[in-house]
Amino acid sequence: MHAFDYATPESVADAVVMLSDHGKNACVLAGGTDLIVQLRENRRRTDLVVDVKKIAELNALSYDAATGLTIGAAVPCYRIYGDAEIAAAYPGLMDAARLVGGTGIQGRASLGGNLCNASPAGDTIPPMIVLSGEAEIAGPNGTRKVAVEDFCTAPGRTVLEDGEFLVSLHFPAPLANSGAFYRRFIPRNEMDIAVVGVGASVVLSGDRSSFVSARIAVGAVAPTPLFVREAGEALAGQPVSDETIRRAADLARDAARPISDMRGTAEYRKHLTSVLTRRVVEGAVQRAKE
Amino acid sequence: MSQNGHKVIGTRPIRHDGVDKVTGRAIYGADIQLTGLLHGTVKRSPHPHARIKNIDTSRAEAHPGVRAVVTAHDLPQIADKLADLGEAIVNLRDASNNVLAYGKVLYKGHAVAGVAAINLHVAQEAVELIDVEYEVLPHVTGVLEAMEDGAPILHEDMKTTSMGEETDKVSNIANHFQHKMGEPDDGFAEADVVIEREFTTQTVHQGYIETHNATALWNEEGQLTIWTSTQGAFSVRDQMAEILQMPVSKVKIVPLEIGGGFGGKISVYLDPVAALLSKKTGHPVKMTMTRDEVFEGTGPTPGSYLKVKMGATSDGRLTAATAYMAYEAGAYPGSPVGAGAGCIFTPYDIPNVQIDGYDVCVNKPKTNAYRAPGATNAAYATETVVDEISEKLGVDPLEFRVKNGAKEGTRRADGPVHPRIGCIETTEAALNSEHYRSSLAKSANGKVRGRGVASGYWFNFNGGRSAISVSINPDGTINMLEGSTDIGGSRASIAMQLAETIGLEATDIKPYVVDTDSIGYTDVTGGSRTTFGTGYAAHATGQALIREMKERASKLWDVPADAIDFEDGVFSYRDDAEKRGSFKEMASQAGDAGGPVVAQVSTNPDGSGGGAFATHVVDVEVDRETGKVDILRYTAVQDAGTAIHPSYVEGQMQGGVVQGIGWGLNEEYIYNDDGSMTNASFLDYRMPTTLDLPMIETIIVEVPNESHPYGVRGVGEVPIVPPPAALANAIYDATGVRLRDLPMSPPRVQKALAENGG
Ligand SMILES: Cc1cc2nc3c(=O)[nH]c(=O)nc-3n(C[C@H](O)[C@H](O)[C@H](O)COP(=O)(O)OP(=O)(O)OC[C@H]3O[C@@H](n4cnc5c(N)ncnc54)[C@H](O)[C@@H]3O)c2cc1C
Repeated sequence: MHAFDYATPESVADAVVMLSDHGKNACVLAGGTDLIVQLRENRRRTDLVVDVKKIAELNALSYDAATGLTIGAAVPCYRIYGDAEIAAAYPGLMDAARLVGGTGIQGRASLGGNLCNASPAGDTIPPMIVLSGEAEIAGPNGTRKVAVEDFCTAPGRTVLEDGEFLVSLHFPAPLANSGAFYRRFIPRNEMDIAVVGVGASVVLSGDRSSFVSARIAVGAVAPTPLFVREAGEALAGQPVSDETIRRAADLARDAARPISDMRGTAEYRKHLTSVLTRRVVEGAVQRAKE
Repeated sequence: MSQNGHKVIGTRPIRHDGVDKVTGRAIYGADIQLTGLLHGTVKRSPHPHARIKNIDTSRAEAHPGVRAVVTAHDLPQIADKLADLGEAIVNLRDASNNVLAYGKVLYKGHAVAGVAAINLHVAQEAVELIDVEYEVLPHVTGVLEAMEDGAPILHEDMKTTSMGEETDKVSNIANHFQHKMGEPDDGFAEADVVIEREFTTQTVHQGYIETHNATALWNEEGQLTIWTSTQGAFSVRDQMAEILQMPVSKVKIVPLEIGGGFGGKISVYLDPVAALLSKKTGHPVKMTMTRDEVFEGTGPTPGSYLKVKMGATSDGRLTAATAYMAYEAGAYPGSPVGAGAGCIFTPYDIPNVQIDGYDVCVNKPKTNAYRAPGATNAAYATETVVDEISEKLGVDPLEFRVKNGAKEGTRRADGPVHPRIGCIETTEAALNSEHYRSSLAKSANGKVRGRGVASGYWFNFNGGRSAISVSINPDGTINMLEGSTDIGGSRASIAMQLAETIGLEATDIKPYVVDTDSIGYTDVTGGSRTTFGTGYAAHATGQALIREMKERASKLWDVPADAIDFEDGVFSYRDDAEKRGSFKEMASQAGDAGGPVVAQVSTNPDGSGGGAFATHVVDVEVDRETGKVDILRYTAVQDAGTAIHPSYVEGQMQGGVVQGIGWGLNEEYIYNDDGSMTNASFLDYRMPTTLDLPMIETIIVEVPNESHPYGVRGVGEVPIVPPPAALANAIYDATGVRLRDLPMSPPRVQKALAENGG
């Protein structure tokens, strides 16, 4: 491991200055559950680690039934699912927050870190996409907002420019008759990276017989977590039935362009995308009805 | 009092080493801190097969903080020489080359140099500054490809030995042997059902939690001391003396607590490198492996190809069996194919058998022992074929096994005739178990369920050498020194046998595993020998103590020693009821009659280690859409001879089952086309976690081993043998599709079901 400096700015502005000064030779530390492993294994090299956990905005966690949910980029998973009101309002997000690593990891790991790490298999990203999450970014030119589905650009790469970092994530308030669900497939029952992960959110009609709208996102089947807009749109206005759900599942499978690696062949991943999408949409419908 | 009139044997006292282990006080290799300690690490080959053209260590040596660099040129060059290391016969030249590559690297991860520095970070930086010039050679990692003519050759001077004779043929096949009994062709002609199938298994690792470590101090007198985690301190001493070409008297090994071995902590890896670095620097040097080094640079158990053919008559009698077994040795000869051949048909009484075994070098780490080495691969094939035959004949698979079961007098194809064994008793216990008698409820969630059974055999090595040294304290407690490292509760099981013999409680004995200068030669803790062999020595030690105490009583009471009896823990003089005392009472006075009471015993029993048989029953649920297999219930039945400490017998059974489940369902070394392992971490080398397993139920059968005073049979290894086959049979029962390739991981199962309409 290469020796590096460590800084703990207490304001967004200070952090921007430090990051701008060092450019590519600095990196942001939230929970460190990705970063520390990468540094120790020499998969990444840096001169400066900027720990953002002392900045107030990055620890914010607030929910309002009218305006929605704001999660500071460094808030660890346990705080999110530990808030009963938030957990009840966003069960689809909790599916993911509760399965990142284990209890120990969830004490540190943040959604912001999961997103900025930009792994195609990051578990919290598909549910953030289907919940229409928005990322607030600070940088030398002020702040900007980017939809979560547009945030990752390649494995390990994001829209963040030199000097920029993620401040918070925002989610609109859940609508009536809506439900969301996330599930991943792994060969064991814990401690694994998703072979495929699927998130879905649905809004049902008042009598719950048809879909008003739906969003579907798939992880680990493309260079970035994949928002499959057409699969969700295929459900809009359609009756809630095995047939319509299967059609959406087929569209998700067709959109997947996975690679073969030690975690599964491309063929297997495409097959799983269809199986999981069906199960996850069914799960989201079930929640919308509850 | 437990059964058979025993007072201590069969009870479940708290283990002597338990408190220190659960409170973190026990000393493991990574805990060692010495004055002036340097930290070492290893430079490893990035190529699976390459000629080393040059190693330039000058940049590393010049790096600030680096104290020494060593390569194979610092090792004495060893002529071919065979040494018996217990579980495996190892060619010492190969062992030396495996420690630090000389001439060629034969697998990715092969050690090429060692560095000692003031701290680990500096050592790691220095490793990057060692310049190795390679000529990369074509590689081969699969056993069948390696056997083909024209395959890349690992050892240009290695000629195949066939049926005991060296041939002229240079190939990767180190050895081909054959066991033959009766006339298989005639046997198959008699059969009404004949099944022949092919199977493959992948390389798997023991996966012990504690990684390899060694701290060496080579002092100014040329005395070498090594603190290490090992299954056999004396085996390490022998290997060090041979590899470094020094007298055994100059080597002392201090075995520390061991965080798992399962056969993988017998061969040395770091120890000679740390020793050379200490010799060069005059400082103690500590080395500890990372997990990826353990996967890539130590000894897993082999991948294999097997073809098994078995025939039976319509009335359910096995008439013939043949097996073709090709096992990967890894970089150097010495796969466990021989052991696998000794086990493959052993649970059965089959008149006509032929077994052909092939030991094949491939560009993977040199394989090593792993819990019943070779037997699990073999049982996967046999037990699946037996299941298919039972089904064809329409008989219960366990009844078929009982009917054809091996018993006292049955001959194994490789020669030996069984003494009293518990094969049939074990199978009957499985047949009568509540689990097997219960019916399997249907799944409510669209998944499918099934039940499978399988049996297995492991030799259990006979005894071997063990030494015990005891001294009696005035309060009647006993300090017991032993040379057997404790990897599975053997301190307790050996102390209990001594306590039983002399009428004390297990807690009255304080067992210590000591260094090689403090006790007589003791063979490795392996081959399921320790509770048998060192327990045998403990019994003999008890007998010696009783004789000595009679001598002391004779002096104290002034009566002839041969008129003193010892019964139920009490010494008494036949002719005077007043003259009597328990072991403890006598111990408090014995010192006055001739100084402290001590005894030293060493044994090497001739009898049989007993032979261990197991039969397992498993219920699974299969998700047909994803191919994932969940285990609903698992029962392991095993003959333990006599269970000294039943909790530790159960623990061994459960641990073996869990490793077998991992091997069956998910574990494998996955290789890239470039010959490198892609999953050298516990993230992607998928051992089962607690969430993947139900509580493993156990049924202990006790058919005493006649060669041991308390009837002990080894228990540690056979429980890993049946699980992959039992799972395959259960998956078949659930889906109607047979899986003959390990691991039966979700992608494989899903593909097999999709292709076969399961
Ligand atoms: C044992 C273990 C199990 C795991 N299991 C899972 C799992 O099941 N599913 C899963 O998806 N992941 C898993 N992970 C990975 C990791 O825990 C998650 O990705 C986690 O969400 C990362 O969050 P963090 O706060 O620890 O990020 P960090 O490690 O602090 O940062 C991650 C990356 O994002 C960057 N970064 C962090 N915050 C910001 C910011 N505000 N602005 C810009 N860049 C930033 C960092 O520089 C780094 O590149 C596991 C990790 C471990 C060690």
